[in-house]
Amino acid sequence: MSGPSTDPRSAGAGPAAAPAPTRRGTELVMLGFAIVITLAAQAIVDITLTQSLRPELATFGGWFTALWVVMHLVVRRFAPYADPLLLPAVALLTGLGLTMIHRLDLAGDQVGAAATREDAPVQLVWATLGVALFVAVLLVVRDHRMLSRFAYTLALVGLSLLALPALLPASISSVNGAKIWIRLAGFSIQPGEFAKICLIIFFAAYLVDKRDVLALASRRVMGLELPRGRDLGPVVVAWMLSILVLVFERDLGSSLLLFGIFVVMLYIATERASWLVIGVGLFGAGAFLAYQLFGHVQVRVDTWLDPFAYRDTGGYQLVQSLFGLGTGGLFGAGLGGGRPDEVPVAKSDFIAAALGEELGLFGLVAIIVVYLVLVERGLRSSLIVRDAFGKLLAAGLAFAIAWQVFVVLGGVTGLLPLTGLTTPFVAYGGSSLVANFALLAILVRISDAARRPAAVPAPPGTPPRATLGEAPTEVVRP
Amino acid sequence: MTAEIVLQIFRFGFLLLLWLFIFAAFRVVRADLFGGRTGRVASVPPRAAAPGRRKSKGPKMLVVTAGPLAGTRITLGDQPILIGRADDSTLVLTDDFASSRHARLTNRGGQWYVEDLGSTNGTFLDQQRVQGPLLVAPGQPIRIGQTALELRS
Repeated sequence: MSGPSTDPRSAGAGPAAAPAPTRRGTELVMLGFAIVITLAAQAIVDITLTQSLRPELATFGGWFTALWVVMHLVVRRFAPYADPLLLPAVALLTGLGLTMIHRLDLAGDQVGAAATREDAPVQLVWATLGVALFVAVLLVVRDHRMLSRFAYTLALVGLSLLALPALLPASISSVNGAKIWIRLAGFSIQPGEFAKICLIIFFAAYLVDKRDVLALASRRVMGLELPRGRDLGPVVVAWMLSILVLVFERDLGSSLLLFGIFVVMLYIATERASWLVIGVGLFGAGAFLAYQLFGHVQVRVDTWLDPFAYRDTGGYQLVQSLFGLGTGGLFGAGLGGGRPDEVPVAKSDFIAAALGEELGLFGLVAIIVVYLVLVERGLRSSLIVRDAFGKLLAAGLAFAIAWQVFVVLGGVTGLLPLTGLTTPFVAYGGSSLVANFALLAILVRISDAARRPAAVPAPPGTPPRATLGEAPTEVVRP
Repeated sequence: MTAEIVLQIFRFGFLLLLWLFIFAAFRVVRADLFGGRTGRVASVPPRAAAPGRRKSKGPKMLVVTAGPLAGTRITLGDQPILIGRADDSTLVLTDDFASSRHARLTNRGGQWYVEDLGSTNGTFLDQQRVQGPLLVAPGQPIRIGQTALELRS
């Protein structure tokens, strides 16, 4: 807009006279790029494994493209200043996930197992539901601050969702020992995934309310600002909550996820590192207790410490995953070139291992960097947005993604004990995918608020001016 | 043999494609950081009072001349003016390069002094970094991140 613009943003970013760039054009281009990569991956998988392109690829491509076009249009209309990288990053991750699930479907067909289910189309349906939820959230939540009004309601909803599987009979809620499901009429959902978002919203609203008390009333002990005993209440409650989840649902992952998110949000809200120390201390105590008391935790830790000692029993999955990653090496076996189906449950828990085997270290790191971009955009929205609730909420949501990726990849690579969390947007699993789309919608909403220019637009027709550094200061003489 | 070559092309081509995506994403991030709001300096606010209208001792208002808030004016009183991203600042900046409590303008005997409140990226008066309190003359640009301010009579 200002003469010979050196601004890369003006390329395709809305009408030239707009006071602030919305960057929707950039988003569209990046979305196109993500879709191209997804379709290329699908085609490579088909050609490598079956020497021909499957006819359904066109349907898939059309459907997949339509999803992102719909999302883009909705964002363009209802959150025009949203961050341009959130959607493309998610599009690429979802696309790669769908490709890998399809690839594992094909592997199942080749082995000839009779009962192999085609999971990729199911996942595409879940993605469609996710997009529907994304649109719904974006339409209903016109201003993220309204969420804080429902903080306590959402806390109640979140806790109920979290507790529901524990209360239901095991025949409905238990899969492989973890009671975190609700299985009804052929569908299984993990309500914990939705509980996560409700609780993050609640944490953000609660901490904005209470952060002054938590941050200011403290004593200094050995260089650490320790809060008063009674202010420890919330963190202890969160801690006990995560322990309860662990005990009744035997779900290491969710418990770790919730507690980590809460401690970090507490740290962000109060800017006191002592909360991190307290959090790590409580976590250590909880982990020690859990190890002493629960058999399934012991098994997880033992197989983590020495997977090869248990390679025929509990460690089989991890050992296969490590072999897969080793086979992949630096550049991977190529899409369709490896044997990722050797890892049990490769589609959900170990999809990162499958991607690592076929795309190699370079590919896996690329995927991690895409997550990094996603998280960075979330944290950046948190920095820019002006209200404290939005800041904390965006930071919490972004951290939730980062923490989940860290825990999952740590588990798959043997850095951390296995937890059974899912890789966000990539792994097979409806609840996780749909819930993460809702999370994305909230992030988009906050980033829109963050990047929306302040209410004083430049009056049209005023002469443009060079940046301040070059321009002479204009002194108005009295 | 050719099939093998095609597979290798797929293998490395796809990795290249993935990293090109990341490269493109980083370019967008970079454009956001550096090509962003500085390039989009809005506009000079309409010139203030006609010259020589009255003789006045001190400056009367603080005007934002560049940055996202360009055109904003704040009438100066006796109260100090707090500038930063925090909600309770007198001038709430949306600038990513500004700290929550970035700088303060204080009135001492009709003269205004600018003080940096320990900001991360610094406050600049006429290209010079503000260390201690500095006297601000009318028309002298104060720069905070991508925002420029000056006092006007």
